[in-house]
Amino acid sequence: MSEPNTAQPVIRAENVYKVFGRRPEAVVERIKAGETRQDVEKEGTAAVIDATFNVYPGEIFVVMGLSGSGKSTVIRTLNALHPATAGTVEVLGQDLSALSPRELRDLRSKHISMVFQHFALFPHWTVIENAAYSLETQGVEKTERYDRAREVLAAVGLKGWEDSYPSELSGGMQQRVGLARALAADTDILLMDEAFSALDPLIRREMQDELKEIQGQLGRTIVFITHDLNEAMFLGDRIAVMKDGRIVQVGTPEQILSEPADEYVASFTADVDRARVLTAEAIMVGEERLTESDRAAFERHQMAVTSNATLQDIVPVVIEANGPIAVESAESGQRIGYIPLGVLLESLTPQRSEVVPDPEEAN
Amino acid sequence: MEIPVPRIPLGDWVEVALDWILTVLGGFFTFIRTILVGAYDLLLWLLTTPEWWIVTLVLAALGWWLRNWQLAVGTVIGFVIIVGVNQWANAMSTLALVTIATLIAVIFAIPLGILAAKSQTASKVLRPLMDFIQTMPPMVYLIPALVIFRVGVVPGMVATVIFAMAPGVRFTELGIRSVDREVVEAGKAFGSPPGKILRQIQLPLAMPTIMAGVNQVIMLSLSMVVIAGMVGAGGLGGEVVASLNRINAGLGFESGLAVVILAMYLDRLTSMQSKANER
Ligand SMILES: Nc1ncnc2c1ncn2[C@@H]1O[C@H](COP(=O)(O)OP(=O)(O)O)[C@@H](O)[C@H]1O
Ligand SMILES: [Mg+2]
Repeated sequence: MSEPNTAQPVIRAENVYKVFGRRPEAVVERIKAGETRQDVEKEGTAAVIDATFNVYPGEIFVVMGLSGSGKSTVIRTLNALHPATAGTVEVLGQDLSALSPRELRDLRSKHISMVFQHFALFPHWTVIENAAYSLETQGVEKTERYDRAREVLAAVGLKGWEDSYPSELSGGMQQRVGLARALAADTDILLMDEAFSALDPLIRREMQDELKEIQGQLGRTIVFITHDLNEAMFLGDRIAVMKDGRIVQVGTPEQILSEPADEYVASFTADVDRARVLTAEAIMVGEERLTESDRAAFERHQMAVTSNATLQDIVPVVIEANGPIAVESAESGQRIGYIPLGVLLESLTPQRSEVVPDPEEAN
Repeated sequence: MEIPVPRIPLGDWVEVALDWILTVLGGFFTFIRTILVGAYDLLLWLLTTPEWWIVTLVLAALGWWLRNWQLAVGTVIGFVIIVGVNQWANAMSTLALVTIATLIAVIFAIPLGILAAKSQTASKVLRPLMDFIQTMPPMVYLIPALVIFRVGVVPGMVATVIFAMAPGVRFTELGIRSVDREVVEAGKAFGSPPGKILRQIQLPLAMPTIMAGVNQVIMLSLSMVVIAGMVGAGGLGGEVVASLNRINAGLGFESGLAVVILAMYLDRLTSMQSKANER
């Protein structure tokens, strides 16, 4: 999926800067004049530098990068928890910097909800009180908000835990409460700051699947932050890669993998689980690349996959065919290319083998 | 070599300022005095009108309700001793004074602490001010208080309030500032207004810390009682001062013991460690 230019963006960020420090505007000017993040270090932290991107309705837009690259700050400019120092952030056509505090609160409660890395649950409230909080700020009356909170809690698998306190729950369950609190609000936009990073791998996988499912059913727009490229590739319709406060590339998972903008992105993608990300369309070749024996082998089986199948779907087909397979367009069913065995194997291994930065992080 | 330093007439300035305050705000001070005397008299009447054992049982029940049965038992034993050393009336007048002084100190301290937590500027002004107030020898407050409110229970009470307020402000600020930043952000992110975030999230989560501050306010108030006794606030402080004047060790010990018992009661009643009601 490439950038769907037809729709109006839900979120539009244009040349956004966020600087922490005593004189943030001055720091922005100095950076615009060509100084680097390190040059201005004494004056303030330039956490986000010149970020421009659009998020379109119904997509999962992933922001990824190492710890300290400015991901949390960028997502917080989208609901003005951190108002941008310079540049514009528009949400649903409204310029955040032009809103009164009251209008901003209205926008937040009705249209934007957020899931936090460390859950940020209210420890003195029960699970259901937490889940109903977003509805309370919307002014929904008590019995109705509890009914709805109960439904959402059941949907995220927390039935029976309504009257427990967050501290009585495991990390995975606490994050579900955080998710329920955000989902109950029924907003068009969901901001998720490393929402799954604190979870152990199994639960994490499960939650990723769940999120995809929720996304499919409800068609919400999600901005998802992660420092894990595999997670980014699996969830993202499009991915923005951040480095030292700047967005260095925005693209689909396939684009990030096959056309990395620079060495940094390339080294980042070296250890990605490519089988889960790359699709038939991204690796297929034209008929002219097939050898005589390829053609002969293909004629015997004539097996095909759809263009949006991932490599992990393709591998068993190729094994069964024991030769090249065809790729058919997911929309029209037309044959659009071929995947010989050699191409498949090549695409499963990274092109470069530099030292991979460790995406482990504390924040 | 001697370097001549001119005499700074700080004392004169203070007196001039006091005179000025008195003429401008005289009516206001009379009003405050009336309210404080009224509140004190009412509470004292409540504490001394019933038989001593009824009051003791009520205070013991309060201890049981807020804490545990051990405190209730301790309360009964302690207060029987107070009656035994013939300090009941004095102890009740001290209890009334401390209660009202603490209430007033807390009423001022919590909003100031909230202000300091919300505004960096307020914090920068309040912090040294609170340090100053708390390290000044407490007797110093008695003099202007005496000039403004004349002899009796009120100057003692006012000096107590000022002296004892600092930890209330400090702990409130600390408590609110140490509420998890992401939890407060969650309130904002869902569009809750600041007042509601304060009420629903920050204050409840800061409460254990604020209560530790209140506990300290009470302890400081009690320590001021003896000093307040010097200006006719009466109560146990008055007894201690009287025993000092007459060099009466026995009386001094008895009234001192009563102060200790009151202090222990109030401390156990308001300290947080004994009951874990945080989750
Ligand atoms: N509230 C803040 N005050 C000052 N500096 C901050 C603040 N929040 C983040 N920073 C700094 O901004 C940079 C980016 O941080 P952050 O957005 O949290 O990165 P990430 O989420 O990618 O780990 C870091 O250097 C961090 O120290
Ligand atoms: Mg972060």
